[in-house]
Amino acid sequence: MAKDETATFRLIGTRPDRPDGLDKVTGRARYGADVQAPGMLHGAVVRSPHAHARILRIDASKALALDGVKAVVTRADLPSGLTGEDWNLQENTLAGEVALYDGHAVAAVAATSKLRAQDAARLVEVEYEILPHVTDVDEAIRPDAPAIRPGAADHSVPTGSPPNLVRQIDFGHGDLEAGFAAADLVREQTYRTEATHQGYIEPQACLGQLGADGKGEMWVCTQGQWYIRRMCAAVLGIEAAQLRVTPSEIGGGFGGKTTIFMEPLALALSRKAGGRPVKLVMSRAEVMRATGPTGSASMDVKLGMTAEGMITAAKVTFRMQGGPFVGASPVGEALSCALACYTVPAVHHLGLEVLANRPKAAAYRAPGAPMAAFAVESLLDEMCRELQLDPIEVRLKNAAHEGTKASYGPTYKRIGLVETLQATKTHPNLSLPLGPNQGRGVAAGFWFNHGGETSVSLAIGEDGTVQVSIGTPDIGGSRASLALMVAETLGIPYENVRVNVVETGALGVNEPTHGSRATFASGKAAVESARQAIAQMCRRAAAAWGIDPDAVEWRDGAAVPSGDNAGKFPPMTIAEIGAAMGSTGGPISGHHETTAGGVGASFGVHVVDVEVDPETGRTTVLRYLVVQDAGRAIHPAYVEGQYQGGAAQGIGWALNEEYVYGADGRLQNPLFLDYRMPVASDLPMIDTVIVEVPNPGHPYGVRGVGETGITPPLPALANAIAAATGLRLRSLPMSPPKVLAALRARANG
Amino acid sequence: MTKTHVTATVNGDPVEFLADPRETLLDCLRDHLGLTGSKEGCGTGDCGACSVLLDDVLVCSCLVLGVEAQGARVETVEGMAQGGTLHPLQRKFIEHAALQCGFCTPGILVAAKALLDRNPDPTESEVRFGLAGNLCRCTGYDKIVRAVLDAAAEMRGAQ
Repeated sequence: MAKDETATFRLIGTRPDRPDGLDKVTGRARYGADVQAPGMLHGAVVRSPHAHARILRIDASKALALDGVKAVVTRADLPSGLTGEDWNLQENTLAGEVALYDGHAVAAVAATSKLRAQDAARLVEVEYEILPHVTDVDEAIRPDAPAIRPGAADHSVPTGSPPNLVRQIDFGHGDLEAGFAAADLVREQTYRTEATHQGYIEPQACLGQLGADGKGEMWVCTQGQWYIRRMCAAVLGIEAAQLRVTPSEIGGGFGGKTTIFMEPLALALSRKAGGRPVKLVMSRAEVMRATGPTGSASMDVKLGMTAEGMITAAKVTFRMQGGPFVGASPVGEALSCALACYTVPAVHHLGLEVLANRPKAAAYRAPGAPMAAFAVESLLDEMCRELQLDPIEVRLKNAAHEGTKASYGPTYKRIGLVETLQATKTHPNLSLPLGPNQGRGVAAGFWFNHGGETSVSLAIGEDGTVQVSIGTPDIGGSRASLALMVAETLGIPYENVRVNVVETGALGVNEPTHGSRATFASGKAAVESARQAIAQMCRRAAAAWGIDPDAVEWRDGAAVPSGDNAGKFPPMTIAEIGAAMGSTGGPISGHHETTAGGVGASFGVHVVDVEVDPETGRTTVLRYLVVQDAGRAIHPAYVEGQYQGGAAQGIGWALNEEYVYGADGRLQNPLFLDYRMPVASDLPMIDTVIVEVPNPGHPYGVRGVGETGITPPLPALANAIAAATGLRLRSLPMSPPKVLAALRARANG
Repeated sequence: MTKTHVTATVNGDPVEFLADPRETLLDCLRDHLGLTGSKEGCGTGDCGACSVLLDDVLVCSCLVLGVEAQGARVETVEGMAQGGTLHPLQRKFIEHAALQCGFCTPGILVAAKALLDRNPDPTESEVRFGLAGNLCRCTGYDKIVRAVLDAAAEMRGAQ
């Protein structure tokens, strides 16, 4: 069985209702745009209509003359002298001398109503000198490409390199030449992926207030309130601790809400408008044009394989753009993930980061990994077909396992790729027959997962119920999984635990909900906090009984005398201890602060059956299977949800989604009508198998499950389309026009 | 711009508000009536997060002007539960974990209710096409479709 059955739990692995469910089905849950404040103003942002243009003049006099307009902010209102990523964030918040992409903010206004603010924004006159631009990654890396930010390249780039090449990453191990020489088959191909957007349904929204005294508050939809605090403080030149940031409920993030875009503008406008709160909500077009999509990529992969299917050597060269800022593309992560599933004797990675006149890329679910998987897993499939080898058997032969030196450096501890492949092999979907124009594709995927800075606080109530304060916003049910772990540890009912996502003033620094870390890291810290509280409660009971604290055990939500004292006193319940705590030493709490270690990587294998319509080129997904190692599924329904959601996003990326830029460098499809995300009628049910190879680095074995699932769909779909049509598509998306063109090209010889 | 006085019935209650002629019904529900359950995901009628019933017709409230609601009956997610009792769809969404972030949920619940009102026994495919105007980015729709089918079965059994 795929399920880990070595441990038995009272609550872990059950599927209770999520604590925030009622709020979310009744419309009561408050998201970023759902609040108002007394004296509130509304903001609007003026954005560049040009892909690359020098800002010659900004004249806000007509806007300011409009009744009800209270403030206009330009870059001149922000401090100067920032460096590194702080400068990048500030420059992206408001352009300085040059607008760097279509949609780049150049000014912002605040007025007494939303419509008035939008009217005023249209009255801000900006004079531009249009500069040559480049948006395509392969064109941006050419020596004769328009230079976007001369001098921006870091030390890794040799002098004399193309002007937009700003970062170069180079690593590997083993003897590449010997590896390729030992192969029976060596193949090399180039693959391309377009940028896609996280596509969260809730646009960025915040309500900010900042006084002349440098003290402020912000309500914001974010994956990380402390990141918002630090980044806004840096951009505005204020002190972080003076800004109190409260996270709203969050309408999706997928990495795109781990950073700032327009949030500092609400604060800057508020400061300029005498401290009145300013609400700022993006339109969908603003989200698409100016918040982090992922990067686009052009990738060369060379693999060597024996006739039996053993990988002997691998060489990958990835070119990626992530907009006009150094370090924004996920090229480093892409390289590290490229061969992470396999034991490869010799491997070399080269990454080239290129600037382009596009929005500053943000993290998107396993950043970089889906592109890398598309390239590597596609080529692996091509070679399996050429050698007539079973794709799952080849992956099993090469699968990384405990003790494997990972392609990106470290040695794996306990991982579950082999178990995941085995569970895939025996799944009934694999023996279902396929019809004409149908094909089956298989691919594997990987994500590191992440620990990160974590702070959790837990307090026992006077009635024995428990509140848990966490700093990682709940995007997909993590309150439920945290409550389950705390209730399991304390031996109390799930319903007796309330998990609160708290503001920055209530806890030490927490990293965002990113890197699939919330259930892992906040869970680990919450369990530690519960254990501290248990130790406290055992001491209180010991004192009451007049026995040694070591002679008290915690069992089923109560302190129990043990050893020689066993049975001498009745168990003292958490409710009794809570009721008496004021007179037995004061409030009882536990807290834990850590940069969480013990992270366990998660591997997944997807199998998809498709049918390709030879007349339209449309690919229909007939059935879809996700098999992934969760370590342990705390709340299996939300683990399945992560698997299914990741698969759906990957299917969209593979088949339809892409950023389309015109020759003028403007984004052509900034609305959901043309940026085609999967709808319910595009998809089948998504079958899931939760493999459980517990992570020894977590008290309940959690690995983190959010990101791996978006990694295999891109190549799995490409492999399935190849099986259905005999055509290998090496450029995403494999949209109907592209598939049809390939079918026709073949028909025309 | 001069505002227009609008009277309407929202979730059974009489309401009145002053609408700028450019404001959408969604703006009016959210900003003037404090009914923030309906969400704006796109403002162009593509995501369905603002779905409401306008005189029993499923509409994207971002595509309706506030002044058009004059004399109309509007039903939003806030009106689905009767007193303290959740609509079966709401309960099934919680039971099936059919929401992750929950932002699309109000619109999907309203659209699903409209679907079941006209087709109490939909097939999986009919549910999928019935909800094709509602984007969800978190779930891949699997659990949503199951929740709607389960709610439909329960509601049929209750009749």
